[in-house]
Amino acid sequence: MKRLFKTLQGLWSLAVGLKITGVELFKPWLTVHYPRQEVDNLATFRGHIELVPAADDPQTPRCIMCWKCVEICPSRCISLRLHAVGEGAEAGDPGLLLAPELKSPYSAHLPPPPDKIERVLDSYRLNYSLCSLCGLCVQSCPVEAIRFSRNAYLVGTTRQDFDLDLLARLRNPVDAPRPPGPRPPT
Amino acid sequence: MMAELTALLTHPLAQMVLALAAILAFLGVNGLVLLYAERKVAGFIQRRPGPYEVGPHGLLQPFADAGKLMSKQLVAPMGADRLLFWLAPLVSLAPVVVCFLPIPFSPLLTGMDVNLGLLLILAFSGLNTLALCLAGWGSNSKYSLLGAARAVAQSVAYEIPLLLAVLAVAFQVGSLDLSAIAATQAKGLLSWNVFVQPLAFAVFFISAVAETNRAPFDLPEAESELTAGFHTEYSGMGFGIFFLAEYSYMVVVCAVATALFLGGWDGPLVPGPWWFLGKVFALVFALMWFRWTFPRVRFDQLLNVCWKWLIPLGLANLVATALLVKWVG
Amino acid sequence: MSQDANARLTGDFYTAPFGPRIEEEGDTLILNMGPQHPATHGVLRVIVELDGEYIRRAEPVLGYIHRMHEKMGEVKSWVQYLPNMGRVDYLHALAWNWAYVGAVEKLMGLAVPPRAEYIRVITCELNRINSHLLWWGAYLLDLGAFTPIVYAFADRERIMDLLQMVTGSRLTYCYYRFGGVSADLGDEFIRGTHEFVADFRKRLPMYRGLVTDNMILRGRCEEIGVLSPETARRYGATGPVLRGSGVAYDVRRAEPYSVYDRLDFTVPTGRNGDAMDRYEVRMEEMNQCLRIIEQALEALPDGAHIAPDLSERLLPPKGEVYFAVEGARGKIGVYLLSDGGPTPYRVKLRAPGFSNLSLFAELAQGTLLADAVSILGSLDLVIPEIDR
Ligand code: SF4
Ligand code: SF4
Repeated sequence: MKRLFKTLQGLWSLAVGLKITGVELFKPWLTVHYPRQEVDNLATFRGHIELVPAADDPQTPRCIMCWKCVEICPSRCISLRLHAVGEGAEAGDPGLLLAPELKSPYSAHLPPPPDKIERVLDSYRLNYSLCSLCGLCVQSCPVEAIRFSRNAYLVGTTRQDFDLDLLARLRNPVDAPRPPGPRPPT
Repeated sequence: MMAELTALLTHPLAQMVLALAAILAFLGVNGLVLLYAERKVAGFIQRRPGPYEVGPHGLLQPFADAGKLMSKQLVAPMGADRLLFWLAPLVSLAPVVVCFLPIPFSPLLTGMDVNLGLLLILAFSGLNTLALCLAGWGSNSKYSLLGAARAVAQSVAYEIPLLLAVLAVAFQVGSLDLSAIAATQAKGLLSWNVFVQPLAFAVFFISAVAETNRAPFDLPEAESELTAGFHTEYSGMGFGIFFLAEYSYMVVVCAVATALFLGGWDGPLVPGPWWFLGKVFALVFALMWFRWTFPRVRFDQLLNVCWKWLIPLGLANLVATALLVKWVG
Repeated sequence: MSQDANARLTGDFYTAPFGPRIEEEGDTLILNMGPQHPATHGVLRVIVELDGEYIRRAEPVLGYIHRMHEKMGEVKSWVQYLPNMGRVDYLHALAWNWAYVGAVEKLMGLAVPPRAEYIRVITCELNRINSHLLWWGAYLLDLGAFTPIVYAFADRERIMDLLQMVTGSRLTYCYYRFGGVSADLGDEFIRGTHEFVADFRKRLPMYRGLVTDNMILRGRCEEIGVLSPETARRYGATGPVLRGSGVAYDVRRAEPYSVYDRLDFTVPTGRNGDAMDRYEVRMEEMNQCLRIIEQALEALPDGAHIAPDLSERLLPPKGEVYFAVEGARGKIGVYLLSDGGPTPYRVKLRAPGFSNLSLFAELAQGTLLADAVSILGSLDLVIPEIDR
């Protein structure tokens, strides 16, 4: 008798399950249908990092080339190139000059660098395929010269597509995030 | 001329050939429709759109899939018994055509009016087990072999309650002819056998789910245990035909259930065949609904359900029916 | 278990003598499940020896996705090791985050601002629900139900949206920092979390109706893989696996860290130690997580979210430290040895999944193949964590 009751209870549980899926059947979709709709929470999305333009000139980066982001990046995906101009420009390897507190066997004999050297950023590259989006670079930048882009739709077919030239992207935003909403006719 | 043509067309042989052609066409279309329907049902239950990109609302998706399956290379695993391996999908699909012959879509629209229609269907659908067995054996794969072993045990066990349920109805009507059985229920809703023989209907339907290897009784292909069970090694159309066969068997059992229990073509307003098809697909929908709701049962539980519940219930029902028929009718 | 059977569990699967045994015990079948197999989500490989459908012995094979996380710790600076933590166990990434930053903080004697502690509790518990939800869906997938995982993902999506708001990531978080967390919680997050907690409470009965009470599921879980507390202890199992066997051991209670001792929650335990108990424990834990989150949101103090004076070139003092937190799968421990240098001298990660998986060989013995799948699922394994 008890077993019969248990079985009936079990059968009832099956009916309950059916009822739940049956109800869900008639509820609207939950998925966001990508090319036609887009998600609306990209404001907090972390895309690849991008350079922040200086306040007075949207074409120049704010970066002061302090090398901190390069150093802290766990996956070594950032690489900078720069050259010095003006006084002290010929003083040698700019990389060594720029981190005077680092004493390497090769820099010990060099004359102390001048206090201030004018520098120009030649390139700022990010190997996005290595980036773990940890945010350490962004947080360690003393002048807030980098930030996460909102570019959620970066796609590529080769590895080179993810070797991003951030300086060029700053000057010429190739894939600025589209505003959410229907896709503009192409 | 006209008379000769009519004579030719009404000749039983010609009728059968025509019916066979129509059935094959129906099977193909049915496969496509069910493929689409299953995905849409799954999608809606899971609150997503299902196929959507190919054609309007994804309507062309089954065609794309069919194209994909047909254009894929046919690979037989190393060490497989090639003859058995390729024979298995065919053995699985071929009998299903015969199973469709006696199904009464309406009093007129019946492929072949045989008075042992039910027996024919039961006999030929049993062949499917052989196909699964061949597939499992021929694949030279351990997963397939385990799947095949399960398939055989399951089909053999569930054929018994299926038969018991069918027999109860056959006793009551006194015929094994599906058209005749359906015809006795054409007197309105309450004459449907589902109300006369509810227990037989339940036993029949549960066994049918097991017999077609549908979830929650899809043990032969339990993919979390046996990757894909008996059809693990099949690619391209080998798999496609199994798939088609599975969907066709679904329709067969649902059609039989409709004819036996749900009044066949009986229904107001629209013509009979539409009612018949509607009932069949409603049952198919229920099968899909089960699949997307329940977990899979375990093997010994499956057999326990069969031996401890369905067969005793089926037997009791049969005996009761027999006694009633003896005394009342 | 007989002595003989015990001997079989040791050593290499293939080097155990086959030939004579087969003759003496009849035909068996060796089946290689994985590394790509639907039931071993991730890339676990299990070799099983089958007698019919009964498992004579089973042996998990590890190392398929070993990524040297421990070695990486020795070559990366203390800060640079942070993103690794989110990738050890991608389902409960924040617990690993916490174990590591907690260890470094303990080593350095760093105080964490109270607001940061509460933020950690809130985010970590959200992450725990997230992990349990995925386990729930995946377990049912193992048992052949396809729909629950999609419902679980609908809820997971909301949690991930919330966590994305503060961490910027959706799965492999790298959010905690030494002495705090990297970003403060906004009002929107707090509002969203309140809403989520309320909604998720209403969702849980649906889960129960759809799955927990289901007769078929009960048949697949009850009295399957019964684990005695002694065996669990012997293998060093922790988390819901241990609690399912009735041992109320939870690091949050046993060795309270952070502010857990100020929060009111219970540690659910099972009675029989079968798969169903482990299941129920996790389901109840989700409920408890909601309680914790509510209380933490309530008590969330104002203030800084990170200790202010931290240089990036962090140099913890010489010494060693062990810090453990309660992850979704059990006790997560991080052991650090520092020689005062810019990188850890040695890192050892204690992954709960590793101990829980080692149970499997013993539990699976003599069960049906389908039960073994159910047992494997009920252990809630995340393979990257096991291989590290
Ligand atoms: S986010 Fe992390 S991994 Fe990516 S560039 Fe910055 S520091 Fe490197
Ligand atoms: S840390 Fe900032 S300022 Fe320094 S090099 Fe990097 S981006 Fe430029």
